[in-house]
Amino acid sequence: MASENLVSAQQLYRYYGHHCAVHDVGLQLRKGEVLGLLGPNGAGKSSTLQMLSGNLAPSAGRIMINGIDLLDEPRHAKQHVGYLPEQPPLYLDLTVNEFLRYSAQLHRIPQPAIKQAVEQASMRCGLGDVGRRLIGNLSKGYKQRVGIAQAIIHSPRVVILDEPTVGLDPIQIQEIRVLIRQLGEEHSVILSTHILPEVQAVCDRVLIMNKGRIVFDDSLDGFERRHGSASYIVEFKREASLGMLEALDHIDSVEIIGDRRYRLAYSNAEQAPQVIVQAAVSNGWGLQELMPENTTLEQIFVELVYRDEHADLVNNATHEKAGPA
Amino acid sequence: MIVTIARNELRRMFLSPMAWSILAVLLFILGLLFLVFVDNFFATLQVQFAGVESAPGVTDAVVSPLILWAGIIMLAVSPLLTMRSLSEERQNGVLTLLTSAPVSMTEIVLGKYLGLLLFVLVMIGLIVLMPVSLVGATNLDWGKIAAGLLGLFLLLASFAAAGLYISSLTSTPAVSAVSSFGLLLFLVVIYISGKSQSTGSELFIYVSHFGHFLSFAKGLFDSSDLIYYLLFIAVFLVLTIRRLDNLRLQH
Repeated sequence: MASENLVSAQQLYRYYGHHCAVHDVGLQLRKGEVLGLLGPNGAGKSSTLQMLSGNLAPSAGRIMINGIDLLDEPRHAKQHVGYLPEQPPLYLDLTVNEFLRYSAQLHRIPQPAIKQAVEQASMRCGLGDVGRRLIGNLSKGYKQRVGIAQAIIHSPRVVILDEPTVGLDPIQIQEIRVLIRQLGEEHSVILSTHILPEVQAVCDRVLIMNKGRIVFDDSLDGFERRHGSASYIVEFKREASLGMLEALDHIDSVEIIGDRRYRLAYSNAEQAPQVIVQAAVSNGWGLQELMPENTTLEQIFVELVYRDEHADLVNNATHEKAGPA
Repeated sequence: MIVTIARNELRRMFLSPMAWSILAVLLFILGLLFLVFVDNFFATLQVQFAGVESAPGVTDAVVSPLILWAGIIMLAVSPLLTMRSLSEERQNGVLTLLTSAPVSMTEIVLGKYLGLLLFVLVMIGLIVLMPVSLVGATNLDWGKIAAGLLGLFLLLASFAAAGLYISSLTSTPAVSAVSSFGLLLFLVVIYISGKSQSTGSELFIYVSHFGHFLSFAKGLFDSSDLIYYLLFIAVFLVLTIRRLDNLRLQH
């Protein structure tokens, strides 16, 4: 299994002065996987990615890229990594083609192969039409694409993208997401973001970071299996019996969330609403509200981050979350 | 890899108006001075020295001061060149392009330094055209001129090394330019102070890069001056490499 991990980081710590920005982060990236790194601002996402790309030395820990130790042999390890930092590193006074040619040279692509590498990267990032324009004159979306092209020009096995869609308009975001999906077919991708739908749209696996720690690590499939079961929020006019609610067909669990308000988790989407309404009528509870609720990544995220802020239950967070579902 | 980086640096310098305006201003001022020196030579000196044996010739009266002035002007101008190479790149986040690539810090620093040296060579090449324009009219002492130009090259190379180091210290280009200018000027002041009667000091004179340049400008080639410059450059380049390595640790 270990050989299939393209990136494997263990017990990464990073201190800025006394402030611990990254605390005991372990992370594995498998071949052909798109991993989403999610977290509020200041959670340590960028620091983690900077360390993985070799731009920041970890205070402690170990990073293996494709089986090569990044700290011992940075030059070899970096050959397998393409990195797009938060601020794309672009020379604004070069044209797109000149810039990509230079990045190709920096990545030690042999001279005869450079032309093809530039063409291929431009094509994949949709830069065909702007190859001869100055980067400084391009729109933000195109600059971002040039940044991504620069990161994939040497066909690295691992592509690290730090907030690739920040500041783009919705159509550009859509295009970049499609591009990232395509990248995921040939390369392994690590992507950081604080936008939740983005993770759901492009990632196979999600890591949630908060205050420098990883608080959630699961595949999106597993996530949906476990948390995808939807529920209804219901409110009655009169007090309903908890026991009777629990005894209803297709209702898995009942949770009291307020005065005569309940969250009913159901297993059968077709039958559940009918069952609830019927029970409400026959028992005279007086149904006032029936609202479907999907447990989204957003809820998990808010809950984890919120919980972390109010009690130091970080280490148990993943556990507890997995339990009730 | 060093050459690749250097080529890109040089090319980008000429893509920005900075290099062109520096060359334009420098050549305009030096051209004016050159005219003044030539004029002065024909109008007064030539008459005075007529008949005097081993009197100073055109080379001493025109070319040496020209080289000296080029050094003085570049003292103010070279910080503007070096601030671009690291400070500005750190500010824009472009340096990440180099540090994420499979390139060592030594290669990055030497590449950038070589790029600056190439620019210095272009500049010296243009300055040489002025004395060359006198070729048809008089006899020039090419040995003296060569020594002077070598001295100018070494002086500018030392400016570039010191500037590159200062540029690595801060991510604000303006701070970098001001500090490099301060450092270069400080070394001149040390020379002046070392020469003065009351605070005279051989050490000060030795430490200052300007004293070593003056002997070159006079046409004197002393290998100890050459070694001084090489040491000066090496020290600052090593400091720059260490500083960039450290950046990954502190950030």
